[in-house]
Amino acid sequence: MISAVFIAGLLFAIALTLFIQAIPAIKTFGFGFFVSKTWNTAAEQFGALPFLVGTLLTSFLALIISIPFSISISIFLGEYFKEGAASTFLRSAVEVLAGIPSVIYGLWGLFLLMPMVRIIETKLGVPPHGVGIFTSALILAIMVIPFSASIGREVITLVPSDLKEAAYSLGATRFEVLKNIIIPYARSGIIAGILLALGRAIGETMAVTMLIGNSNFLPTSIFSPANTMASVIANEFAEATGLVSSSLIYIALVLFLVTMLVNIIGNYVIQKISIEASKEVT
Amino acid sequence: MKDHVRARLIKNYIFKGLVMLFAFISLLPLLLILYYITKNGISVINWDFLTQLPRPIGEAGGGVFNAIMGTIMLIVLSCVFSIPFGIAAGIYLAENREGKLSNIVRLCVVVLQGTPSIVIGIIAYAWIVAPLRTFSALSGGIALSIMMLPVIIKTTEETLKLIPYHLKEASLALGVPYYKTILKVVLPSGLNGILTGILLSVARITGETAPLLFTAFGNQFMNWNIFKPIDSLPYRIFYYAMSPYPEWHTFAWGASFILVVLTLAFNLIARGVSIKWKIQF
Repeated sequence: MISAVFIAGLLFAIALTLFIQAIPAIKTFGFGFFVSKTWNTAAEQFGALPFLVGTLLTSFLALIISIPFSISISIFLGEYFKEGAASTFLRSAVEVLAGIPSVIYGLWGLFLLMPMVRIIETKLGVPPHGVGIFTSALILAIMVIPFSASIGREVITLVPSDLKEAAYSLGATRFEVLKNIIIPYARSGIIAGILLALGRAIGETMAVTMLIGNSNFLPTSIFSPANTMASVIANEFAEATGLVSSSLIYIALVLFLVTMLVNIIGNYVIQKISIEASKEVT
Repeated sequence: MKDHVRARLIKNYIFKGLVMLFAFISLLPLLLILYYITKNGISVINWDFLTQLPRPIGEAGGGVFNAIMGTIMLIVLSCVFSIPFGIAAGIYLAENREGKLSNIVRLCVVVLQGTPSIVIGIIAYAWIVAPLRTFSALSGGIALSIMMLPVIIKTTEETLKLIPYHLKEASLALGVPYYKTILKVVLPSGLNGILTGILLSVARITGETAPLLFTAFGNQFMNWNIFKPIDSLPYRIFYYAMSPYPEWHTFAWGASFILVVLTLAFNLIARGVSIKWKIQF
């Protein structure tokens, strides 16, 4: 009982601490913090727009890249190969992928992905930074695939088999069953999985910090270096004092609230689906 | 008519092919990561690498002994903080399935699980580092233990929910006090699940860097004092990888190899525990 209260209190205390520490920045900049694009430590003028844009660009780009792969994996594991060697292999591989620490993704991206992106950039005729939004989005896509894939697999296996059998008995091919029965039925669950992956992509720090190029200006293209909300905290917080650190904590507060919202919605949708599915079985 | 059916079948096969293709393409990064880590990491690892302290740049040799020890110390510290609270909260949730507080706590666990690790780092900074005025192993341990909590709570709750009610009833009917029933009957029968949860959460925090950046901070030297900054493997990898020296880059690969082996080992042991010690009811 006490520790249960402790957990609830812990979360409350986290929110409260962030809020209190952010008060100086909130007072000085208000909501204009998110539309101002200057981040100047010397002039003590702070605006989070570049980081907001950086976060949104990297995470949505990562989601778009990862969606075909994660949905393929969920269909593969949830429908085509429910058991057997191929399924076990793929499933454990995805689990290993989820277990690799993010700093190692960063290291790998720095020494393999970055030169590759640099080659692409030279071919496209943009300045070959190598690091930047595109590189970070690539590594983020790899990192979030396991999350949306495992949730997608779960909701696909929850599709009632009488629905599928009814479609098969009418002569539908497997593709048609997938397209017309399974995907529509599992749609909200798949979207919830993608939402949870988004929450993860927004908060992911290390790999992005290593690959995004640490630039405090508004990004001009998807290849330019930038900073996300998480990476600017990682880069600057250790040396920050006064208003700088307060502004960084303001960013952290926003980060916390956004991921909280995304997680609550995603979990709510998934819970609703599993309750509905258990009702239909009984 | 026949053409129509054939077209549908062809579509079917094309789709299946596409799904399999995409599914296996997504394995490519995993294979590449493991390949690169093994290729670049294994050549660096020798006895010196495991037992020596880092040397300044320009001097050959040296190792990551302090980082390995630091990681182990951080794991122990965070286990000390998180296991009692995690298990207790898990028991509470399993014993009180309905109720306002349980629902709130469940929501908190979900939110805590999704909280970005960098935010938790800031929290530990504000709570421990700022009042004590020094980076310390203690603050790193607290940050990591906050990250462990949701996993432990969730697995404890799920395991204890599966334990049949008559086990508890039998114990209570014999006149055993409630707390003893929980400690001697319910907890031991759910031990495998709880242990799996702890191991999984340890695997999760072993590779965490972001909360350590401004809590445990990193340290060139060996340090056994938990009120002083301490090194850790993920931090050392980050530090070496971002440095401009090729010698340090190879060190980063070596440290990554150790880290991956560690996390995979924790994951494997967790799975082994959950299979081997499974109690059937």
